[in-house]
Amino acid sequence: MNRLAAAVALVAATSLPAQGADKVKIGFISTLSGPSAALGVDIRDAFMLAVKLNGGKLGGLPAEVLIGDDQFKPDVGRQLAEKDVKLDRVNFLTGFVFSNIMLASVPVAFENKVIYVSPNAAPSPLAGKQCNPYFFVASWPNDAYHEAAGQHATDKGYKSVYMIAPNYQAGKDSLEGFKRFYKGQVVGEVYTQLGQLDYSAELAQVRAARPEAMYIFLPGGMGINFIKQFVAAGLSKDIQLITPGFSSDQDIIRAVGDPMLGTFDAAHWALDLDNAANRKFVAAFESEYKRLPTVYASQGYDTALLIDSAVRAVKGKVEDTESVRKALKAAKFQSVRGAFKFNRNQYPIQNYYLRVVGKDAQGRLVNKTIGTIFKDRGDAYVQDCPMK
Amino acid sequence: MSWVLILEQTLNGLQFGLMLFLLAAGLTLVFGIMDMINLAHGSLYMLGAFISAALVQATGSFVAGVVLAVPATAALGMLLEMSVLRRLYERDHLSQVLATFALILILNEAVRIVWGPDLPLSMPAALSGPVELLPGMFYPAYRLLIIGVGAAVALLLYVLVAHTRVGMLVRAGASNREMALAMGVDVRRLFTLLFGVGAGLCAVAGALLGPLLAVQVGMGENILILAFVVIVIGGIGSIRGALVGAVVVGLVDTTGRAFLPLLFGHFFQPRVASAAGPAIASVLAYLLMVAVLYFRPQGLFPARG
Repeated sequence: MNRLAAAVALVAATSLPAQGADKVKIGFISTLSGPSAALGVDIRDAFMLAVKLNGGKLGGLPAEVLIGDDQFKPDVGRQLAEKDVKLDRVNFLTGFVFSNIMLASVPVAFENKVIYVSPNAAPSPLAGKQCNPYFFVASWPNDAYHEAAGQHATDKGYKSVYMIAPNYQAGKDSLEGFKRFYKGQVVGEVYTQLGQLDYSAELAQVRAARPEAMYIFLPGGMGINFIKQFVAAGLSKDIQLITPGFSSDQDIIRAVGDPMLGTFDAAHWALDLDNAANRKFVAAFESEYKRLPTVYASQGYDTALLIDSAVRAVKGKVEDTESVRKALKAAKFQSVRGAFKFNRNQYPIQNYYLRVVGKDAQGRLVNKTIGTIFKDRGDAYVQDCPMK
Repeated sequence: MSWVLILEQTLNGLQFGLMLFLLAAGLTLVFGIMDMINLAHGSLYMLGAFISAALVQATGSFVAGVVLAVPATAALGMLLEMSVLRRLYERDHLSQVLATFALILILNEAVRIVWGPDLPLSMPAALSGPVELLPGMFYPAYRLLIIGVGAAVALLLYVLVAHTRVGMLVRAGASNREMALAMGVDVRRLFTLLFGVGAGLCAVAGALLGPLLAVQVGMGENILILAFVVIVIGGIGSIRGALVGAVVVGLVDTTGRAFLPLLFGHFFQPRVASAAGPAIASVLAYLLMVAVLYFRPQGLFPARG
């Protein structure tokens, strides 16, 4: 009897009432090395800036951010995701730049009911039939910039366009998206190898096809090399280059320089967007990191703000995944892009702007907003999503 | 299909082929004379690119960076030979493969520790525009430079091998090593010198290709495989074979990449054509190697009589 009493007393003493967590753990995995590292580095820097400006907290709880480098390899990304979800038991997973690495890695989060907030990759399968309640997009649907660029090409009346993208999910989405809104003639549709850096053969084909305009989706190091080789081959004089916003962003501009002047691009955000959150973000980013932010940085910052708003709304009870989901879906935060709301597939509905690469008041090369292409656009796949 | 397109793709193939030659030349001599399979040859190419990028950043001049990187990489190559590789000459090929594969991994991580995963390297601003070769035909100036340097190095190697004493020793060793040893050739010094020259050639290729492809850890692996294909086609130990083999492989690979997708585009959707075209183009080089092995196993220009 004594032993039983002792056991009961021990159990009673060691069982504590359920408490809220004392910190929020975020698993951040991104491409932080290789030719396309600038993208992941920007997202990480902006995310950490938001945490820092919040006093090291998200939603009132101290934030512990576990940073991992997927090295542009899906298997490495997956290993890191498994470690973060199963070993470190993170509350949120985020960070991936590239759709192929993300698609390989997030299933482990979904299986373990861990929420993934995407600061960049947002492929069409997860917007439509395979939409998932644990997947939130803080950036834009993969097709969105391409649809906007296609619409711009139609508005400008280009009669012929040559298109190039890498041969993976986002690349295929991009050219489908462009063709959805471009009503002229497509004289070339070429898919290159992901990570390919020498475009001499493709550029020779472009020269032979003589298009009026050229649309490329080549993120990171691929785009830098392509644009440099495009200008080196003398093609920029006769062919207007149109790109999605991130292919003409600050990282590419820094690497390519003046040859980029006059390139048109489409994006959901620009440095000169006039709202209080954006002004604060751009100033803080530049003063902290001594460089101008790209769209990727704006997305990383917004991801942190979105998570912050959700944790605040559930008053720190991050283990209650369902409440966190509802709070995320409500998206009550001041985004640097202006108004932000989620569609029922948890992808955003927002505006897309036309930008051109020009010089700012200090003579630096930046993207300047010159018009709005789409207002309150969602995506083309939401009707296939069974979520409400 | 215009002649401008064909000419441009031919020049692209020539450019790629000449850079392959720089790697293949060093590899074929090491394999032919020292009878050693050196998988770390691609790592010397990577070292050359990294040293060049670092020197260009330090000196601010592209030419200075590239020119200084060559002896630096050659010195590193000779150091590697004297310390590690010398012990492998007597061993069988499998041991050499294992040891030099380990060297690849070690050198990759060493470079990552010293310089990080990649370094930026841009072509000189003066060469970043096109040159009008013929009325209406523009070609990037930098690629013309590569073709020029590649051809010059090929000529230099020819003069070295055919018209100097050292070259004579190299040719003797390539055609019959035992006899050369019996005739009193100072083998140790010759091997070290040979290794240094091979490393220097890799450095030239790495420094020149750096601005076109990225300077990053692991950049040597892909090109190494093609270099082996080249020396099998050309004949082990033969520099002439390496030149012919490299240009052929370069042309086949580039024109295949350029024209096969066009051909497939007539029958298949663009996505399929774009994936199948480059895949089959890369297989073409290996098919060529298989054909050469079948009809002429010693290669096109065998060094051994």
